Amino acid sequence: MIIPLLKGLGVTLKYFFSKPITIQYPEEKRPSADRWRGIQYFEKDERGKTKCVACGLCMVVCPSQCIHIETAEDEEGRRYPLTYELDAARCIFCGFCEEACPVKAIFMGKAYETVETSRRPLLLNTERLLAEKKVNP
Amino acid sequence: MQLLYLLIEIIVKCFVVFACLWVAIAYEVWFMRKMAGRIQLRYGPNRCGPYGLLQPFSDLFKALFKEDLIPERADKAVFVLSPMITIIASLSLFAVIPFGNQFVFPWTDYVVKLRIADIDVGLLYIFGIASLGEFGIILAGWSSGNKYGLLGSLRAAAQMISYEVALGLSVVGVLILSQSLSLPEIINHQAGGFWSWNIWYQPVAFILYLICGLAEMNKIPFDMPEAEAELACGYNIEYSSMKFALFYLSEFFHMTAIGAVAVTLFLGGWQPLIPQLSFIPGVIWFCIKLFIIVFLFMWQQWTYPRLRYDQIMKFGWKILFPLALVNLVITSLVVALKG
Repeated sequence: MIIPLLKGLGVTLKYFFSKPITIQYPEEKRPSADRWRGIQYFEKDERGKTKCVACGLCMVVCPSQCIHIETAEDEEGRRYPLTYELDAARCIFCGFCEEACPVKAIFMGKAYETVETSRRPLLLNTERLLAEKKVNP
Repeated sequence: MQLLYLLIEIIVKCFVVFACLWVAIAYEVWFMRKMAGRIQLRYGPNRCGPYGLLQPFSDLFKALFKEDLIPERADKAVFVLSPMITIIASLSLFAVIPFGNQFVFPWTDYVVKLRIADIDVGLLYIFGIASLGEFGIILAGWSSGNKYGLLGSLRAAAQMISYEVALGLSVVGVLILSQSLSLPEIINHQAGGFWSWNIWYQPVAFILYLICGLAEMNKIPFDMPEAEAELACGYNIEYSSMKFALFYLSEFFHMTAIGAVAVTLFLGGWQPLIPQLSFIPGVIWFCIKLFIIVFLFMWQQWTYPRLRYDQIMKFGWKILFPLALVNLVITSLVVALKG
């Protein structure tokens, strides 16, 4: 009866002198998982603009209907999104937009620090999506 | 004039012990939390100052600024009084603890004994006051008008009665050996190296004392009165703010006092490990031994689960009590035969 009690004390003493496994979060950050779906970002083409051709497939496929597109055509006859609004506050991060995109313009990023204090900054437009961090720093 | 000196000396000693004790207890709480963290592979408090060293102060201010609630159905006078009883009882335990032998003021022949009160029945005083602290717990649970609180205080009462018997009996062996109730006398009896400490003559009593001491201060595995899981913190369920902090702190004071008594009775108090090391002041030896005992208390706290109520009663009455009696009989037989 006494030996198991002493064994228990030994176990706790061993853990007392071993290194904690805690990750000190704000100072050290762990990388996100390989298949983690974070906030979307736009892929740039060779001109530095968005690859998006405003086909509207992502808008159609989006289950939470958080994407809103207005289409326009530039002088070369290329379609581009005049406004592209992605309401990240409503997004459920299903990744359908990434799968539906025929020109590989929109991708799910790896960032997981997506906290804002109001809804406004979560309304992402083309510029924000182009500037969006692909991975968490 | 002599009387005035004595008065000043006692007041200064009270202040010094009180101040040192508060700092020590504050960092004991910090150490306990840190230790709990490390045992559970966490860091413990580390945000407040380096290594979380300012945590006790942040805890204090948090406790001070919390709302001080008194339930409507509580017996208000007793409700307010019971944390005071508990903290005063656990603080007054330190009045007779001998922290060191004595100290002569340099360039004078004025001798200061390193204990507040030098009374002949120090041990009796300790046991009397220690059980008084339990009254605070019982009254707290009873006066808060809460069924969990009442259950907690009932358990505290039952536990106190069953474990105080074995606790009292376990130290009688030491009394027989040293033939005195005065704590400095008991320590002087253990002079001359670690082989003359009482722990070698009374090993069973030492272990019994530690176990019963744990029950006495309601620490895991005997924390029946406040059993978080089943009684939702038991006797202190209705307490908040500084009143709760007083209960919390008195537990630590009590733990330190019981550790200090264990050091005094069994580990030779201020006596050095071997006589050659006596150039190190006795206070330091005392603190080292006290730290080891307190570490032991905390270490087991984060190892063992809580016992069931009937197990506690069975353990107290069917194992500890007979063991203490047998230990007492054997000790007195040996002492009587040796003459």
